[in-house]
Amino acid sequence: MSTQPEPKNVKAARFSPAAGAASFFRWLSSSRKKYGGEWWIMIAGIVVIVLILTMTVFPQVFTRYSPTDQNAGGQMTPPSRDHIMGTDNLSRDVWARVVYGAQTILGVAMAAALLSAIIGIPLGLLSGFAGGVFDRILSLVMDSMYSFPGLILAIAFAAMLGPGVINITLAVAVVYIPTYFRLVRGQTLSIKEEVYVEAARAIGARRGTILTRYIFPNVIATVVVILSLNIADAIMTEASLSYIGLGLPAGIPDWGMDLSMGKKFLPSGIWWMITFPGLMIMLLALGFTMLGEGLAEILNPRLLEK
Amino acid sequence: MRHLLNYLVTRILLTIPMIFIMLTLIFVVLRVMPGDPVSAMLGGHAPQQVIDEQKAKLGLNKPIAAQYVDYLGHLIHLDLGDSMIFNEKVSSPILDKLPATIELTLFGLLASLGIGIPLGAYAARRRRTGRDYGIRVYANVVYCIPVFWMGLLLQLVFGVFLGWFPISGRTGPRVDISSFTWSGFYIIDTLRAGDMAVFGDVLWHLVLPALTLGIVLSGIFVRLTRANMLDVLKGDYILAARARGIPERRVVYNHGLRNALIPIVTMLGLQFSLLLAGAILTESTFSWPGMGRLLLERIYLRDYPVIQGVIIVYTLFVSFVSLLVDLLYAAIDPRVKY
Repeated sequence: MSTQPEPKNVKAARFSPAAGAASFFRWLSSSRKKYGGEWWIMIAGIVVIVLILTMTVFPQVFTRYSPTDQNAGGQMTPPSRDHIMGTDNLSRDVWARVVYGAQTILGVAMAAALLSAIIGIPLGLLSGFAGGVFDRILSLVMDSMYSFPGLILAIAFAAMLGPGVINITLAVAVVYIPTYFRLVRGQTLSIKEEVYVEAARAIGARRGTILTRYIFPNVIATVVVILSLNIADAIMTEASLSYIGLGLPAGIPDWGMDLSMGKKFLPSGIWWMITFPGLMIMLLALGFTMLGEGLAEILNPRLLEK
Repeated sequence: MRHLLNYLVTRILLTIPMIFIMLTLIFVVLRVMPGDPVSAMLGGHAPQQVIDEQKAKLGLNKPIAAQYVDYLGHLIHLDLGDSMIFNEKVSSPILDKLPATIELTLFGLLASLGIGIPLGAYAARRRRTGRDYGIRVYANVVYCIPVFWMGLLLQLVFGVFLGWFPISGRTGPRVDISSFTWSGFYIIDTLRAGDMAVFGDVLWHLVLPALTLGIVLSGIFVRLTRANMLDVLKGDYILAARARGIPERRVVYNHGLRNALIPIVTMLGLQFSLLLAGAILTESTFSWPGMGRLLLERIYLRDYPVIQGVIIVYTLFVSFVSLLVDLLYAAIDPRVKY
């Protein structure tokens, strides 16, 4: 990412969606030749994510049933032509619940990951850049949170906040703040010693400028990779919380909640109630993992080596 | 030896701020957020006066800072306080449930190492073949499986359809466990009593929960082992071993794997907190009477002291394991000195 000002005589490039898409596809096809296997992993991830995203935007296209319709079919009927994934204990269509449940988990996971990035990145930048006591204390707090099992922290927050979509998002977000903090702080520490930062200082750039114009743009590339892997993690945490029964109010279709419901009927061999929501959680998490790992390999091959 | 002692003391002192930070966080969160033990216990119908009296009795009417100082005062004397809901010391339910959690995590860890390391080593040996790719896909897929779903699937297949293993609890319903309460670790207690039938029953109940944790975490160990093996196999001593005509299998598994295991040991500490988180979900899936279920149960009741106690014990558990890992590292790698 360049931090140099644009030369004056070049016609200011205006962003148009068509040109943007074209350059994106050009980048895609050129990166395919360069990276082989990793490229396909990334594409597979993108395909899964786009598919599930479409599900969240146009659920009616995928199913004609409503996820809360308690007269969709018989009670706990196995998969059939009318109900491809069967029906649950309240006679609701399992496939409809899977389709509409995507909205909840994807929304919560993405919002939570973004929120922790928005809090974690500035803290990491400041901490790494400022150093001193502030850095010591913040690092200690973040390291403690990081080494502690994240789910327990999320459980404590979710339980105290009570059920609700916003509350579960906050509970998940808290867990991942240290992830961004540690990453960004580490990068800031090394970037701040680079020659171009010294040069900026020498020409009299203010500290704020150095931080936002010189260090931040160089940190952001790695953050993109971590964001994708982090969403995968957040998906699992959201599902875990709602599986335990701590996250969402009844009535909102959610995969984790459906699993805990299905668990009650598992001893009688009702396999379809637990198989499909779980499969979707796995697929969605896998999609973001593949995207993240593919991107990591392409953008920064050394990131995941550790 | 002096260095080791210095190191040990420093490490132990370093866990104190960690416990302190987690504790403070939980303490404040518990009290700032809505809900309290008295309302949870009495329900919404009790008159305000009764609620206020109860709160005063438990010290909940004081400012948070004062409550915090009180609590720390007890904690310095290693006293976790009393439950606010039941008539018991905080330590008694914790000591009751801790062995179940340790038993589960230990066997889960063993299962994940037992699955992950051989698969990873094999994949490294057969690098860039179909089997290698197969194992790598397994590792990535398994990592994305939610622990509780894995548990449910195993329950469904091996418990309900095949009927091979029980799907809940630590023992069968007919076992009178009150005669095995020496340490709380049923495996040890039943062996100590020499009751092989019950010992078998206990082991039988451990299989699915341990396998659940084991399979999900094995993905990480496959990847770690494979990556380390590939590094190690480039070493000169591997070339030397091959040159001496030692069979390839022995070169890979004896010379290579032993050295590849060293970095894996250092990663164990980090994986352990994943393991603990997974254990909570597994406990909930398999009705396993451990710390995770205790925590969930008491969170609903807003039993502040027990929740804080559980968090402290978890933090201690994590720090203890990471200390243990460091010592183990020094023991297996003579180059490491503290």
